[in-house]
Amino acid sequence: MTPVLEIRHGAVAFGGRPVLRDLNLTVQTGEVVAVLGANGSGKSTLIRAALGLVPLAAGRVELFGVPQRRFTQWRRIGYVPQRIGAGSGVPATVREVVSAGRLAKRGFLRPARKADRQAVTDAIALVGLADRASEPVATLSGGQQQRALIARALAGEPDLLVLDEPTAGVDARSQEAFAGALERFVVGGGTVILVAHELGPLQPVITRAVVVHEGVIAHDGPVPQPAGHHAHPGHDHVHPHAPEEIPGFWGTR
Amino acid sequence: MMVLEIFQRALLGVVITGLVAPSLGIYLVQRRMSLIGDGIGHIALTGVGLGLLTGAQPVLTAVLVAIAGAVAVELVRARGRTSGDMALAIMFYGGISGGVFLVGLAPGRSNSNLMAYLFGSPLTTTARDLVTMAILGGAVLAVTLGLRPWLFAVCQDEEFAKVAGLPVRMLNLLLAVMTAVTVTVAMRAVGLLLVSALMVVPVAAAQLLSRGFAGTLALSLLAGVFSGVTGFFVSLGMDTGTGATVVLTAIALFVLLVLLSPVIGRRWRPMASENGEQPEWVLESQ
Repeated sequence: MTPVLEIRHGAVAFGGRPVLRDLNLTVQTGEVVAVLGANGSGKSTLIRAALGLVPLAAGRVELFGVPQRRFTQWRRIGYVPQRIGAGSGVPATVREVVSAGRLAKRGFLRPARKADRQAVTDAIALVGLADRASEPVATLSGGQQQRALIARALAGEPDLLVLDEPTAGVDARSQEAFAGALERFVVGGGTVILVAHELGPLQPVITRAVVVHEGVIAHDGPVPQPAGHHAHPGHDHVHPHAPEEIPGFWGTR
Repeated sequence: MMVLEIFQRALLGVVITGLVAPSLGIYLVQRRMSLIGDGIGHIALTGVGLGLLTGAQPVLTAVLVAIAGAVAVELVRARGRTSGDMALAIMFYGGISGGVFLVGLAPGRSNSNLMAYLFGSPLTTTARDLVTMAILGGAVLAVTLGLRPWLFAVCQDEEFAKVAGLPVRMLNLLLAVMTAVTVTVAMRAVGLLLVSALMVVPVAAAQLLSRGFAGTLALSLLAGVFSGVTGFFVSLGMDTGTGATVVLTAIALFVLLVLLSPVIGRRWRPMASENGEQPEWVLESQ
């Protein structure tokens, strides 16, 4: 069976400084893979490289069996970035944002059909935002905005869902709504790759964990058991988050 | 009869500008690039100078130079380099200086001519100008209204649009070209230095009332035409510059809506807290 994602000897460098090296990762259909790691470990960069948002310095990436450069079926991938785009100077309703996720499936210059509008409505309902659909996204809480972005990815009915820190700073209610939406997506035959700092209520859904540590994949297999104070159920996650890139004194590390 | 025709042409030109400028400007505002229109206007002046010097139609040379400038700006933006800021400054000031320089070289041209291009002079709109404005303006509206879902997606979240496989590069270039065309369309009515104001201020006014993007777009067209027509008649009555009066009208409309927003805003834009929800903890990560 063709893997959904395959990375072979992948490497990423920013300004000549290696961030990730010798990445080898294969994701099969139906898997729910969590990419774990500390802040600044390069876990977000890993999936951004897989999607072509960050260029590879070495190695190769295949999506659905096709080399990334020649891959054209992007509508099969639903991407959920960490935060709503920086370009949000003009108000937009939840429905307008989610509708953007349907465009790939709808086709360029094609008017929206009934099925397109229904898919958008369904995606909004799936993440539990049906009653907020006509409200500006800016008035939603952080967790609800995150759910709107997940609905946007789901509206295109993708085969692979790639999520960058979907649970960072998200309230418990949104996390549960999210875990439920994820489970239904997987039951429907979908594959999931998600980047997370910690798993929380998502843990039961995850089938495999990949741990990125200091630029390499340090673990690939079952979800590691949380250690230290992370092990207590319902612990408060209050330590400050470090910036993703910490330049040293001379711009190096 | 003649006088009436002049007024009609001038008014039509202002109305076209009032419609076209905000319809394009909303995407620049969404991208937080509100001032780019101003820079393209600077660059377009070099095109005007070229036209006056060579005897070609200034509108034609302006649109060509502005398109070249807008595409260069887009390439700088897409690279996202911090040094891009400096590159833009050099392009913009080079554009306006080049324009003034070339107009100076042109035979038999006075400074009042330059002023007309910089600050607009709708009463000099010829029938031929009006046809050009209508055609170019129609092209801009076809893109900004017809491609709204795609342009919205790209300006709202470019990375998402890229991963979704939308033709991001093509849409960005199209938006850049349309920015240049809009600048040229608006040149006669409000002038190259004030174009950007009509791209931005009606949008700023509209979003005080609206909850969504489509609503903001519709209201900003309304605000643009209202400011254009009102400003035009006020400028005739008070014998002031039309471009400046139109822009001041738009700003007055914006200020009025800001002052009224505590009253109107509550009805149209319920705050999240009014829905009886507990505020949620949001940890800022990264």
